[in-house]
Amino acid sequence: MRGLWFLVRRSLRQHILSTVITVLAVALASGLVMAVFSINTQTHKAFTGGETGFDAVLGARGSPLQLVLNTIFHLETSPGNIPWSLYQEIKRDPRVKLAIPYAVGDNYLGFRVVGTTPEIFTDFEYRKGTKFRVQGHDPANPDGPRIFDPELREAVIGSYVAQKTGLRFGSVFSPYHGIDFREKAQHGEQYVVVGVLEPTNSPSDRVIWIPIEGIYRMGGHYLRGAGEDYEAKPEEEIPDEHKEVSSVMLKFRGGKMVGMRLVEDINTRGKVATLAYPIGEVMAELFQKLGWVTRILTLVAYLVVAVATGSILASIYNTMNERRREFAILRALGARRATVFSVIVAEAVSIAALGSALGIVVCGCILWGAAVVVRAQTGVVLDPFTYHTALVATPAGMLLLGALAGLLPAFKAYSTDVAENLAPQS
Amino acid sequence: MPVLEVTNLKKSYVAPDGERTPILDLPQFSIDAGRQVALRGASGSGKTTFLNLVAGVLRADEGRVVLAGLDLTVLSEAERDRMRARNVGYVFQTFNLLQGYTALENVLLGMMFGKGLDRAAAEALLERVGLHDRMHYRPRQLSVGQQQRVAVARALANDPGLVLADEPTGNLDVHHANAALDLMCEACAENGAALLLVSHDTAILERFDDVRELAELNRVGAETA
Repeated sequence: MRGLWFLVRRSLRQHILSTVITVLAVALASGLVMAVFSINTQTHKAFTGGETGFDAVLGARGSPLQLVLNTIFHLETSPGNIPWSLYQEIKRDPRVKLAIPYAVGDNYLGFRVVGTTPEIFTDFEYRKGTKFRVQGHDPANPDGPRIFDPELREAVIGSYVAQKTGLRFGSVFSPYHGIDFREKAQHGEQYVVVGVLEPTNSPSDRVIWIPIEGIYRMGGHYLRGAGEDYEAKPEEEIPDEHKEVSSVMLKFRGGKMVGMRLVEDINTRGKVATLAYPIGEVMAELFQKLGWVTRILTLVAYLVVAVATGSILASIYNTMNERRREFAILRALGARRATVFSVIVAEAVSIAALGSALGIVVCGCILWGAAVVVRAQTGVVLDPFTYHTALVATPAGMLLLGALAGLLPAFKAYSTDVAENLAPQS
Repeated sequence: MPVLEVTNLKKSYVAPDGERTPILDLPQFSIDAGRQVALRGASGSGKTTFLNLVAGVLRADEGRVVLAGLDLTVLSEAERDRMRARNVGYVFQTFNLLQGYTALENVLLGMMFGKGLDRAAAEALLERVGLHDRMHYRPRQLSVGQQQRVAVARALANDPGLVLADEPTGNLDVHHANAALDLMCEACAENGAALLLVSHDTAILERFDDVRELAELNRVGAETA
């Protein structure tokens, strides 16, 4: 065995350039495969199985998927608004434990501004037993970081927003109209940041929370809850009939049956609103729709693996002619056919092993890059270091493919005629 | 006691036209342990074929080749490989050193399939042939004479009972040829190994007490070989 690895090491060293190139090809291929499977699983889990803290979302009649994307992940446009009365009605429903209204329509440098009530900080648990916490909050210090006062133009921002925009406690900013950032669409109202939330590793990190009244009173905003345009006037209370909300985030009392009954009441019998429930299943629908993308990515990854396997075969096979004499010499020194055969297969497996080991690094880099992009785009945090069976199965498969790729050149080495390839006959 | 004993050895090749062409028909040949024998043969007389048969690289059509008490003609290919690794050292005309390996590694290769890798022994061998300061040189970084020394060290790496040398000085000038021959003969004598050297060079052959003519021993005429 020691002798075998002696020969393999020397041979790989002797053909260092082709070895390095092939190892890199295998590394890219195996890294890509591992990354595709890992990202696919992680994103699926993060978007469909991750804890959102809510059981359902109530919104305008339309696509539940658009509703979930808009309210849970703060992506996409709002499908429309629902009247304030509907929010109050669902809030009073004994089956509902918590109902928090969202009003959207503004942004700051592309980060969504969400108007809501203080309950989002006081009652809502984004993860079981965990509420949003304001960084540096000290109840004994009313002038320090805290949640917003619903009567004032104050904002609480997510940690990612703070990191990317530079806003911090005490910063003053003016939101921009619309979901997408347009420089000329800045509102005149100024908001003071009174708190930065601790990181939650959720889409909420990308949100700027302001009082819901703030959205209603933003210049140029019209409320249509009563069927006609209504513009809020300073120092004047807004009548409830004019108010509307983009969505209501719901937490139920009780289990799945409650959700199913509400779906029956709102989606089947009702005509005004849509209840997106269960959120995970709604998101799974998105992944089903995008399944073809995953399949194409997987196919591409497999093709790259096939090319890498071919490159192992080619890199070794191309050296066979120049190595015939080497094999003949080894045989003349006492090496058995099986030994030279094993040397070639071991070379192929070694290239695959080195490539796979490097592939894990490549996979880590791809996952890290993907995690950065996904977090920036959605706020969802992927963990590049989460274990996935692909991290074991891919290197194992690559070793097997490497061994298979080595068979053809190994057979050529095995069949080398010793006498013919040694010194010229006399 | 003979280390090599050949009886009624026959070997032929199948020509491209399908016709079988005899190349060797040797009724009897033997070498006693520790003896140094030269075999004279013209080009194409079957010298290399004979050495390959003795080393077990080729299988005889008929006859017996008994080396170190084992009849090669009844052994499987793998058994012949094992026997060759343990009992035969080979010095080739073109040395056949592996270019990607250092001098030391080439000698280690000679051990690998026999007694196993022994770095200290390989270094001692190279020291003995005067290459203590060239151990980590590649063959192309060595002079022809130095390459020859590495080849001799490699042939002796397994302490073989028989060293086969196929025109080992064919690529050397007179000065280097004599030096290489001295080295080979001395090293074999020190190791107690028998030496069978084939050559057509009269100057080389003259240095041996025991010189045999392949043309006389081989029943197949040189013209048919």
